[in-house]
Amino acid sequence: MKVAKLAVLLLAMTLMVVSPVLAKETIKIGAILAVTGPAAFLGAPEEKTLVMMVDDINKKGGIKGHALELIVKDSGASPEKALSFAKQLIEEDKVLAIIGPSTSGETMKIKGVAEEGKTILLSCAAAEVIVNPVAKYVFKTPQKDSYAVIKIFEEMKKMGISKIGVLSSNTGFGKAGKEQIEKLAPEHGITILVNEVYDKAASDLTAEVTKLKAANVQALINWSIEPAQSIVIKNARQIGFNGQIFQSHGFGNIKYVEAALPAAEGVIFPAGRLLVADTLPNSNPQKAVLEKYKKEYEQKNRGEEVSTFGGHAYDALLILTKAIEKAGSTDKEAVRNAIENLKGVVGTAGIFNFSPQDHNGLDINSFEMLTVKNGKFAVLPEPKAKKK
Amino acid sequence: MNIELFFQYLVAGVTYGTIYAIVAIGFNIIYNTTGIINFAQGEFVMLGGMTAVTLHAFLPLPIAILSAVMITMVIGALIEITFIRWLISPSVLRMIIITIGISILVREIALHIWGAGVKALPYFSGTAVSAISIGDVHISPQVLWVIGVSAVMVICLNLFFTYTLPGRQMRACSANRDAARLCGINAKNMVTLSFVLSAGIGALAGCVVSPITYVQYDGGTALAIKGFTVAILGGLGNSMAAVAAGLLLGILESFSIWVMPTAYKDVISISILLLILFVRPSGLFGSKEAAQLKEF
Repeated sequence: MKVAKLAVLLLAMTLMVVSPVLAKETIKIGAILAVTGPAAFLGAPEEKTLVMMVDDINKKGGIKGHALELIVKDSGASPEKALSFAKQLIEEDKVLAIIGPSTSGETMKIKGVAEEGKTILLSCAAAEVIVNPVAKYVFKTPQKDSYAVIKIFEEMKKMGISKIGVLSSNTGFGKAGKEQIEKLAPEHGITILVNEVYDKAASDLTAEVTKLKAANVQALINWSIEPAQSIVIKNARQIGFNGQIFQSHGFGNIKYVEAALPAAEGVIFPAGRLLVADTLPNSNPQKAVLEKYKKEYEQKNRGEEVSTFGGHAYDALLILTKAIEKAGSTDKEAVRNAIENLKGVVGTAGIFNFSPQDHNGLDINSFEMLTVKNGKFAVLPEPKAKKK
Repeated sequence: MNIELFFQYLVAGVTYGTIYAIVAIGFNIIYNTTGIINFAQGEFVMLGGMTAVTLHAFLPLPIAILSAVMITMVIGALIEITFIRWLISPSVLRMIIITIGISILVREIALHIWGAGVKALPYFSGTAVSAISIGDVHISPQVLWVIGVSAVMVICLNLFFTYTLPGRQMRACSANRDAARLCGINAKNMVTLSFVLSAGIGALAGCVVSPITYVQYDGGTALAIKGFTVAILGGLGNSMAAVAAGLLLGILESFSIWVMPTAYKDVISISILLLILFVRPSGLFGSKEAAQLKEF
């Protein structure tokens, strides 16, 4: 008995000593994601995506022989939790990079910690302030919200719309979008007649849309990521608002469309191409990447439909992988420099071209204008015929 | 001032108000028996909505709703039997803390069962865009459903508490539990019954409002906060007052949006609540125990 125990112990000790010599050291990657809580629709697909990708990479022998170790921390969308997890990952786990957080508020909270700890941060959150002004170690993969706003305004110009009403929720996402709309409207010749902020838990918005209708706006832009974005379009159509409805890129989840059918028909919003991957022409450089991710994700998660949010995590790990390969080392500094010089990485959100001034790497063409047709997402046909 | 606009805001207010009221009614039943506020009431609303959505996948709508109400009632009974029944003369504060714990527990379980997605029952009549229009005033038929169901609920509850034996026994337990026991009333059974009833009413409310508000694993809390506000405004324990207070609050909120930015909507409702609590708390609160409650 005693001998057996000793033998096992001895074996374990030899393994511990020997294993690093046999294989190259593993690369530790942290991920702070809102897997549960109010932003779970962001964090949950992001986590599933990362787990799927890391499994896949390790099966194929890792990155240049280095296996990946993914450490996921569930922040529940709380900036305070994100902060303590970030410290833990940087100081105790000594990770090479952190993917996430899922929301802009959390990212801004830990931006400073990542900078101080000289640890790469690849945020999956949208707000432009994350990378503007540029912080040395902070990058982000979703498209900037200012591009979404510009896309919408350009579409409005084509449709001859100049008087609009703006609704947004009182979250970080809603606030950032509202600021961009207010900032960019004058230079695009758009006048905001009504500008309202509603509670993120709003259960009915009839009075808000009544105010819009009374002001005779030609179109409505709603900026939120909550169920309220379905409620808005439903209430607007119920009271007989006939103007065009625009939504933010937060609308890119088919569940919100289903919840608001048939009111959701004809809603226009900017989004990455993942949602319409199957309808893209074969010449589109993103098509192969998008279809591969969509197929793998939906197979792995029993038919759960892919969302653009999981795609942001996909892009983050893809960029990190490419950078490690390019740097040829796992040194934080070398990998960071490699990310900054990555060009032409085809991801789910678009084609990334990083530079020391641009830590997002995407241009405005990474957004496509989509619409809802027969209960499904479709690319907005061009030129747009005016809606009745 | 535009008369059609006035009525459209009024309709919006009635919509808000009935949603608040139908949730508020559930609070009153448990209060009527135990003198406590059940902070898990919002979760009953959520459970009802979620269960009905799940069942509606393979059952017709009325049967799905009926089954969801039944299932939630059973859950209500199980919760009471597991967490509250065995306590020997628990204090009001202790019971309230327990209900807060239950609410968190139910929410997390719901998250695991249904995920974080948004779900909704179809509109009972018409679709999401159909509206009954009088001139330029539009009202969704679902709002009429909510009003109708609330009205039936209030009438039935009033009859139940006034004329039936279990109803009177439940009220006796609220007034004086010891005296009720001396009269041969099984107080413990009455508390269980009150949880069953309010779970059923919460579930029905969840089903009726879900086409309008949608249902999500954590959606019950937001509804419960407004429902709670309305229940206190109207005077705890009185279902009729809850409906009146709900409509009052909804209409005030709606008109506040007309003249002020929407962001101030909740300022209005909370100010009114505070005002009522400061000015006439004793008039609205029947018992001393409950008066202590308003400190948080």
